[in-house]
Amino acid sequence: MEQKIRVLVAKPGLDGHDRGAKVIARALRDAGMEVIYTGLRQTPEQIVSAAIQEDVDVVAMSILSGAHNHLFPRVMELLKEKGVDDVLVIGGGVIPDEDIAGLKAAGIAEVFTPGTPTTATIEFIKNNLKRKA
Amino acid sequence: MEQAVLLAGRVREGDPRATARLISMVEREDPSRLEALKLLHAWGGRAHIIGITGPPGSGKSTLTDKLVAELRARNRRVAVAAIDPSSPFTGGAILGDRIRMNRHATDEGVFIRSLATRGHLGGLSRACSETVRVLDAAGYDDIIIETVGVGQSEVDVVRLADTVVLVSVPGLGDDIQAIKAGVMEIGDVFCVNKADKDGTERVVREIRAMLETAVMNGASTRFSELFSALSTLSGAAHESAPDEGDEEKAAKEHFQQGAAHHVAKQGRDHGELQLPPVLATIAETGQGIAELVDAIKAHEAGLAATGLLALRRRQNLSWELGKAAADSILSILEGEERRVELDEQAAAVLAKKRDFYEALAIIRASLASRS
Repeated sequence: MEQKIRVLVAKPGLDGHDRGAKVIARALRDAGMEVIYTGLRQTPEQIVSAAIQEDVDVVAMSILSGAHNHLFPRVMELLKEKGVDDVLVIGGGVIPDEDIAGLKAAGIAEVFTPGTPTTATIEFIKNNLKRKA
Repeated sequence: MEQAVLLAGRVREGDPRATARLISMVEREDPSRLEALKLLHAWGGRAHIIGITGPPGSGKSTLTDKLVAELRARNRRVAVAAIDPSSPFTGGAILGDRIRMNRHATDEGVFIRSLATRGHLGGLSRACSETVRVLDAAGYDDIIIETVGVGQSEVDVVRLADTVVLVSVPGLGDDIQAIKAGVMEIGDVFCVNKADKDGTERVVREIRAMLETAVMNGASTRFSELFSALSTLSGAAHESAPDEGDEEKAAKEHFQQGAAHHVAKQGRDHGELQLPPVLATIAETGQGIAELVDAIKAHEAGLAATGLLALRRRQNLSWELGKAAADSILSILEGEERRVELDEQAAAVLAKKRDFYEALAIIRASLASRS
């Protein structure tokens, strides 16, 4: 049986900059993962619905707009509502240090800020999957 | 076992999570999927399976997005299996077809799944046919398979789809491209997308010319088979009155015959020859999409009315069974024990103890004694 790590890379909210998301997507691909990229300006509802249909192991969200304190917890809430509890959710982007604890409390497993080497993200994913891969 | 019953039941109810789970089991060839698939088997065979194929960048995803919207407007539940290539080096993949379609993500009548080829050639993924079966059992009316961007010989989609839409775009090459064998032969409906670009009319003309020539040469194609069956049918149409008392069936037959005439007429409109539709679309703006859906549905109706739908599905299934049998034999050959045997025979051939075909006969005999 072939086990593949499937990752949804999503850009919630209204900022139109997906350079970082694409760099991550590419790095995860090169690490042998299957990366589903949904494009810009996704609502939390769209992200959760895509995560379910694609049956991903990981949801990786990137935000540069400053709306992370609203959008990240909203995605966690919706996942919970739908009974999805086995997906690893991580975040990245321009996120002030003082916000990170709150996001983690909301269920975001880790937050990667600018300058994080992509290898760190890859390692984190491999070591923290909630389902057995 | 109990789990499989539960899972199959939820798929039948159209639960997207269960459907997605089962597709993942299919993708990783989890043996426990077989029990669930078996339970779902009786429910399949109802969906219209539509293949969308064409070269990279021809707009297949955007076109698929628009087809989904149009089919939803016609009250159909739609599933999409969108295939993108895996890296042959790392096994990773970027599945980007959703970028064009994710506005449908929250519509409960739509299910979209991205599939990586995982080393499979031919334009589909290995798991594609089982995935289609799952989606079919989950009750989607239309299942769209969007192939990887194809070159000239990735034609596997004809083995799975009832109706194949071949997407071209202006500016890809000269008219020789249209007469080469392979991918251009598999279309049931032809679509020239990005029709706002220069050269659209020329591509439409070249495709029509290619199709006309095929008819004049008497080439046996998917569409010539359909048209000859349709003309037989329209000859016999007035002789058989449908059963009274079975209104639904009568209405369906009426619709199918209407559509069959529509297909036949479309063909006749281009000179006296019957040709499949060649439509110009601009997926970006939605131009030509309603006509494309009409053509796709008319094709399905034609297949159903002539009995070709059942025939083709049987032929396809028989092909798939053959392939699965070949794969299972291959997996025996790839086992350690057989490797040794193959290696011994190779040594014997090189040592001139026997020739290649004698060695082959020995291997075949040993395989036969095994099964």
